[in-house]
Amino acid sequence: MLSRTADSLYWLSRYTERADFVARILDATLRLASLPSSYGGERNEWESAVSVAGDLAEFKRHYDTANEDTVRDFLVFSQNNPSSIRNCIEVARDNARAVRTALTVEMWDAINGAWLELKKKPSRDMTHEEFVRFLDWVKSVTLAFDGSAYRTMLRNDAFWFTRLGGAVERADNTARILDVKYQLLLPATERVGGSLDYFQWTTILREVSALTAYHWVYRESVKPWLVADLLILNPQMPRSLANCYEILMRHLDLIAEAYGRRGPSQRLASNMRARLSSTDIDAVFKQGLHEFIEEFIADNNSLGSAISQQYLT
Amino acid sequence: MGRAAFDEMQGLVNGREPTIRAAYQHLKHWLDRTPPDVFDARRSQAELFFRRIGITFAVYGDNESTERLIPFDIIPRVLTKPEWTLLERGLRQRVTALNAFLKDVYGPQECIKAGIVPADLVFQNPHYRPEMIGFEVPHDTYVNIAGIDIVRVDESTFYVLEDNARTPSGVSYMLENREVMMRLFPELFARHRVAPVENYPDALLATLRSVAPRSASQDPTAVLLTPGRFNSAFYEHSFLADKLGIELVEATDLFVKDDVVYMRTTEGPMRVDVIYRRIDDEYLDPLVFRPDSVLGVPGLMSAYQAGNVTLANAVGTGVSDDKAVYSYMPDIVRFFTGEDAILPNVPTWRCREEDSLAYVLDKLPELVVKEVNGSGGYGMLVGPHATKREVDEFRRKLRHAPDGFIAQPTLALSTCPTFVASGVAPRHVDLRPFVLSGADDIRIMPGGLTRVALKEGSLVVNSSQGGGTKDTWVLDG
Repeated sequence: MLSRTADSLYWLSRYTERADFVARILDATLRLASLPSSYGGERNEWESAVSVAGDLAEFKRHYDTANEDTVRDFLVFSQNNPSSIRNCIEVARDNARAVRTALTVEMWDAINGAWLELKKKPSRDMTHEEFVRFLDWVKSVTLAFDGSAYRTMLRNDAFWFTRLGGAVERADNTARILDVKYQLLLPATERVGGSLDYFQWTTILREVSALTAYHWVYRESVKPWLVADLLILNPQMPRSLANCYEILMRHLDLIAEAYGRRGPSQRLASNMRARLSSTDIDAVFKQGLHEFIEEFIADNNSLGSAISQQYLT
Repeated sequence: MGRAAFDEMQGLVNGREPTIRAAYQHLKHWLDRTPPDVFDARRSQAELFFRRIGITFAVYGDNESTERLIPFDIIPRVLTKPEWTLLERGLRQRVTALNAFLKDVYGPQECIKAGIVPADLVFQNPHYRPEMIGFEVPHDTYVNIAGIDIVRVDESTFYVLEDNARTPSGVSYMLENREVMMRLFPELFARHRVAPVENYPDALLATLRSVAPRSASQDPTAVLLTPGRFNSAFYEHSFLADKLGIELVEATDLFVKDDVVYMRTTEGPMRVDVIYRRIDDEYLDPLVFRPDSVLGVPGLMSAYQAGNVTLANAVGTGVSDDKAVYSYMPDIVRFFTGEDAILPNVPTWRCREEDSLAYVLDKLPELVVKEVNGSGGYGMLVGPHATKREVDEFRRKLRHAPDGFIAQPTLALSTCPTFVASGVAPRHVDLRPFVLSGADDIRIMPGGLTRVALKEGSLVVNSSQGGGTKDTWVLDG
């Protein structure tokens, strides 16, 4: 297949994944921000949302304070934020349009339909209730896109590159949440987590639809290090770094087999997977959670570049 | 306008009770019997269908919405078998002559020596490509894909209005219009025997493969080269690539090495034999034509001239669809086919000729004036509909550069029943059939794209100027 086609499929799927992620972060932030102030101190949830789902420095260039209005504007509508939901859907649709022929009708419908719908959606002045519904809608777009890809695409390289894009993005997104919230997840030695922390942890889990999964897996109340374990190392958890690398490895292998050649991306992904499967959460904390995640984000980016060099250009 | 237009459903209305022409009997009955709300529902279904599939076009200079739908009218236009037979013969002859003319102007130039076409019109034509002189294109076909615009003025007279021999577009509308009509009105198709057009993609692929260079493998690889997704016809490019099952490539997907064209794939370079290019000549290769072109492939011309790749259409076909050369087409047809043109030209005054210019300036408010190199309805004057200021402006332009213009009488283009705000009303139409010339055969789909001027009285059918489209039915027997 054309390298450019593979490139567009890869980015189409990265941007749809990102739109979903930003919507989830906003959803979770709304929830946290609605807690009575007695549950917490002076934390600014809205600023933290920008750090996770966007670029805080860029945000500060355009807005004085971080509150629901400004963050909503930046993360949903802003042209200055390449990861705003609007930009994600526009870029995704742009990529989809460029490779219209490589998509199934259902995939095209999902993304083109979303793009058309987005033009009609109430914009900056939507009410709180409309905003919540809007976020649900964004999540449903990604579900429809993923579902249509899963249900309708031929299992060939076009499908594999689509899966690669989704998994690289997802790994990055999960790592970003961990990176911003890592202090919360550090084993509490000097102070017992207050109720705010509890809500923060459950909200992190909720952000990635993992609250129920957590209870199934650990069968105990929410503990920060177990949250970290679930999101980093548990291969059963769809969003965990470990599972993202299972998916990456599987699809990179399929591509290598079909093309009869392995390359740097297979080697990189394989190293990362080995690292994730041979460690445990205590070792991660010993290395330093923050350092571990920073390194992971950098390596994940390198894998993205390797895939790009090997196949997409 | 002097006289009433010929209506394809009712014939000529001369103050008498209108009679319904045979081809439209069923349709008229259907229009009369179907409740208006059914039509409303079908029209919104059609619009939804087109939006969903993303069949849009970009309008240049329109910032508001760069992607728009071309309005679709659900009342089909009907042509009878004898009408189509005449058109088909005429189109075949016309395209044969166009190909022979191009082979000649880049070869022996007999038609110039014989005084059929003035030398300066050819050699000073901006679309004339000296690079093509003496180069034998594979299988002698230059115009592999032609769109010949036809207008009708009465029961039996069809004129050729324009030859589009470069990169004619619109065929996706022909195919999608049929698709949506068959979905919306299966009962109408049951009552009419409509000749199918859906095999166009197969015919196009066969045509492209037939003109592969002789050095290509038995199973030549064809691709469609698009300027990219910001081009107004991008939908069509992706639609056709999909239907043909070939790669839709942009310039950056291709590269030339040792005079061979390759595309970049996830598995490494792959050789390309035939390029159906939807890019104008001057952007094809920055090493030969416009050096600033980012749409082109460096080295493409040299691969082409080495005979390692076929470009369809060939380079330099623009010289034959120029509106000044157009006026010589009846002579060109006679010279190369030995027959009179089956489809006449619209009477045309060449403003480069002194007598004609004087006549045109005198009658300007009655005439249609076109730029020789214009297209898409841009830069033309429709005298009877123009303001005095517009007429005066054209008068100045004509005096200043008469060579750049031709003039034609304002034709009473035929009309077809069309849905408009007030109900069903006659609107002017034209027809663009698509003609495919391969090494083996000339293939023509029965019908083509009917364009309709939606504004009352308007004669401009171009989509960029508010025109719409209709499905075109050729009744089989």
